[in-house]
Amino acid sequence: MNLPYYPGCTLKSHAKNFEDSAIKVMKILENPLVEMDDWVCCGTVFSMTSDDLMLQLASIRNLLRAEEQNLDELVVLCSMCYNTLQRAKQFITADEENLNKVNDLMYKENIRYQGSVDVTHLLSVIKDRITFEKIKEKVVKPLTSLKIGSYYGCLLLRPKEFSIDDFEDPVIIEDLLTSLGAENITFPLRLECCGAYQTITKKDVTIRRTYEIINSARRSGCEAIITSCPLCAFNLDQRQKETGEEFIDFEKMPVFYFTELMSIALGTGWDHNWSKLHYVDPEPLLKEKKLI
Amino acid sequence: MKRIGVFICHCGVNIKGTVDVEKLTRDIAAYPGVAYIENYIFMCSEPGQKLIKETVIEHKLDGVVVAACSPTLHEMTFQDDLVEVNINRHQLEVANIREQCSWVHNDMEEATRKANLIIKTAIEKLRLNESLYPISAPLTKKVLIIGGGIAGIQAALDIADGGYEVILVEKSPSIGGHMIQLSETFPTLDCSQCIMTPKMVAINKQPNIKLYVNSEVESIEGFVGNFKVKINRKPQYVDPDKCTICDDCTDVCPVIVPSEYDEGLAWRKAIYIPFPQSIPATFTIDTENCLGFNPIACTKCRDICQPNAIDYDKKPETFEEDIGAVIVATGFDLYPVEKMAEYGYGKYPDVLNGLQFERILSATGPTEGEMHRPSDGKVPKEIVFIQCSGSRDPERHNPYCSRICCMYTLKHAKLYKHKVHDGQPYIFYIDIRSGGKRYEEFVQQAVTEEGIVYFRGKVARIYKEADKMIVSGIDTLTGKKIEIEADMVVLAQAIVPNFNAAKLINTLKLNTDENGFLIEAHPKLKPVESVQAGFYLAGTAQGPKDIPDTVSQASGAAAKVLALLSNDKIFHSPIVADVNTELCSGCGICVAACPYGARELDELAKVAIVNDVLCEGCGSCITVCPSSAAQQKNLSDEQVLNMIQIYTS
Repeated sequence: MNLPYYPGCTLKSHAKNFEDSAIKVMKILENPLVEMDDWVCCGTVFSMTSDDLMLQLASIRNLLRAEEQNLDELVVLCSMCYNTLQRAKQFITADEENLNKVNDLMYKENIRYQGSVDVTHLLSVIKDRITFEKIKEKVVKPLTSLKIGSYYGCLLLRPKEFSIDDFEDPVIIEDLLTSLGAENITFPLRLECCGAYQTITKKDVTIRRTYEIINSARRSGCEAIITSCPLCAFNLDQRQKETGEEFIDFEKMPVFYFTELMSIALGTGWDHNWSKLHYVDPEPLLKEKKLI
Repeated sequence: MKRIGVFICHCGVNIKGTVDVEKLTRDIAAYPGVAYIENYIFMCSEPGQKLIKETVIEHKLDGVVVAACSPTLHEMTFQDDLVEVNINRHQLEVANIREQCSWVHNDMEEATRKANLIIKTAIEKLRLNESLYPISAPLTKKVLIIGGGIAGIQAALDIADGGYEVILVEKSPSIGGHMIQLSETFPTLDCSQCIMTPKMVAINKQPNIKLYVNSEVESIEGFVGNFKVKINRKPQYVDPDKCTICDDCTDVCPVIVPSEYDEGLAWRKAIYIPFPQSIPATFTIDTENCLGFNPIACTKCRDICQPNAIDYDKKPETFEEDIGAVIVATGFDLYPVEKMAEYGYGKYPDVLNGLQFERILSATGPTEGEMHRPSDGKVPKEIVFIQCSGSRDPERHNPYCSRICCMYTLKHAKLYKHKVHDGQPYIFYIDIRSGGKRYEEFVQQAVTEEGIVYFRGKVARIYKEADKMIVSGIDTLTGKKIEIEADMVVLAQAIVPNFNAAKLINTLKLNTDENGFLIEAHPKLKPVESVQAGFYLAGTAQGPKDIPDTVSQASGAAAKVLALLSNDKIFHSPIVADVNTELCSGCGICVAACPYGARELDELAKVAIVNDVLCEGCGSCITVCPSSAAQQKNLSDEQVLNMIQIYTS
């Protein structure tokens, strides 16, 4: 079954490896991602600043486009886009008046949004529709002996109303890793904030966070961590450069998108071009474990 | 026609401020049947009541309407006044023109018009009121107390000392409840067992008390003064008369299970005595874990028992007792840390709840009172206490304050400091609530002299790194994030109603609040009575409370029961359902509708009848009766229709 897919801007640029790998693995899993037409930016942080109507518009316009194209759901990969679109969806389904106001504001659109589109994260699709048992069957190169920490960050879990799993003690990424044959490690700071957009205005905050999170993972025995958020990946991976400059005892650690590791395990392989989008090159670790 | 007097109260400005009482007096004066009308500033005052009594005599009145506050407040006062001047108390009606009129309206003209209608309906009802007399019933002078914790024990002793028989039912093999598990008690730091055991021994020695342990109340039927209770007693399998408490059996028993008394921090055998001072002092076999019920598997304890006290073939027994009143003292449990992902779901051995820490502090506990942590026996040098764990958290856990945690956490920190002089206790708190007598002094002494560090804020997460528990929280006074590498963490878990009591409370049809605590009849003025006649409440089953409050409430409930039992009969309101046998077809719909079991069919006469003593006058049978044969005394269909007509004409 085709999955209508909303990429968002980061997946077309800094996180191209996330998109590429996801498209590859979902094809293997017989649920290919089909990009929707005419999508725009999800609205990112602006929709989180307050519930003011204007700020929901970008997200809702995407939902309206989907409705126009007869799509009843959008599958999202980026945690930020998931959070933003889901918030907008909840905002209009919670109160019909909100839906009416938004539609009035979008008067230049020729049709009114009916509120029929669902927003789903790819991890939920994997868990609920494909199932981890099926993944396990499809694994051709188990990630044996790779010690991975699952890093959730905040956007998949909060606000709790649309958390993709138990918001205090999620296991969905761990379960995925187990089905891929990896040794999953639950490290204490896996739910901690990565610093998010502080990375622009207060770089030192994210550097400190990166230092603590990566160290916590290392102390727990992780060799790498995985995430589903391009912003977390940016802070935890790219910021390791500055973190290394700031803290002399800092040791680098590769950061993967979950779909990259799925691609290796499910046999669609590792693309050398993906490595170029990582600051910490994951290839030495993958070679050491004989995975590429 | 009845000569009716109407007395309108100003209630200071409570009524007069919104209702034009002079106009009201003029208007009602002309209403048919009103022989006398008066208004006065406070009808409930002595001069107000005197006015009513003198007027009744002087004007030869047959009935009185007092237009004032809600009848729940002063109906009884004015009824008593009528009785004093030889008029039946049911010839009084209260027209509520305060709560239902002046307090909820602003417009004087409209409010006056509404008060006028309210008074007229009361007059219409009164016009057809019969004179009625209380229904009397016999009274069984014996009391059932459910729960053998400090609340049940205190109430049992008070009632037994008053000379009445008590049946004390306890679910576990010994009385003592949670209090017997505690080490020392705040704010005096006297040993809990030392002050508890004399009371437990007294229960055993008091001839008026019959103790059923290992027992549960199956059902209670009847009504105040005349209940029948069924008690199920599980066998202990050890004959207490033969058992010499030699302890040979526990030595040979091969089964070990976590000890309830030590909150899972130590082990006991499948045949066991809960704790050294258990009352009754008898061994019990725990059927869930014992292998002896399959004699091929194990008979070790029976084989070694010299006095032959063990009998695996004992069967559960059911007892029936007649009782007059019930005290419910089913106590509390701690909110399970297993429900709290943020504090590790109970998977870390060094994160304890308050009761577990009590066991560690206690001389009879698993460490004999020495401070060692469960995981590796190390002496904890840094220890974090977290208050309000599961309390005051309406979003995720319980909305209420558990009341005792501020004090016992401080006590814990203090006792810890007395045992580990170079240790550092930290306490996370939201507020310090030390409202009891000498509680604030206890807090101040500890804060200034004991070196306990307080952080105002909540702990977000606890996790383990190496052998330390990392406690990550925030100090809201400085706005700083705090991380403490602790050796041990103690959670002041919220107090919740006893998990095992929910089914019983449901069977007894007692009312509980949204958190499962029993509801008292009035939050201020009837704190130990249940809304259901004959049921009284004591201890934490009604809400979180400390030992002094529990004991006070238990003694209060006992005093209420003693007052009830000091009568020779009990009296019941005569406002009950009645059947017009001419109209009744014996269809039996009323029998099914009655929630009190007060209705039955007379098979011979083929009509429904009412058991006056059981009837609570709720009116259910009256509304379902298809032929209007069922009528409420002093609230007949005719009266109700007359009252409605006031509003429709």
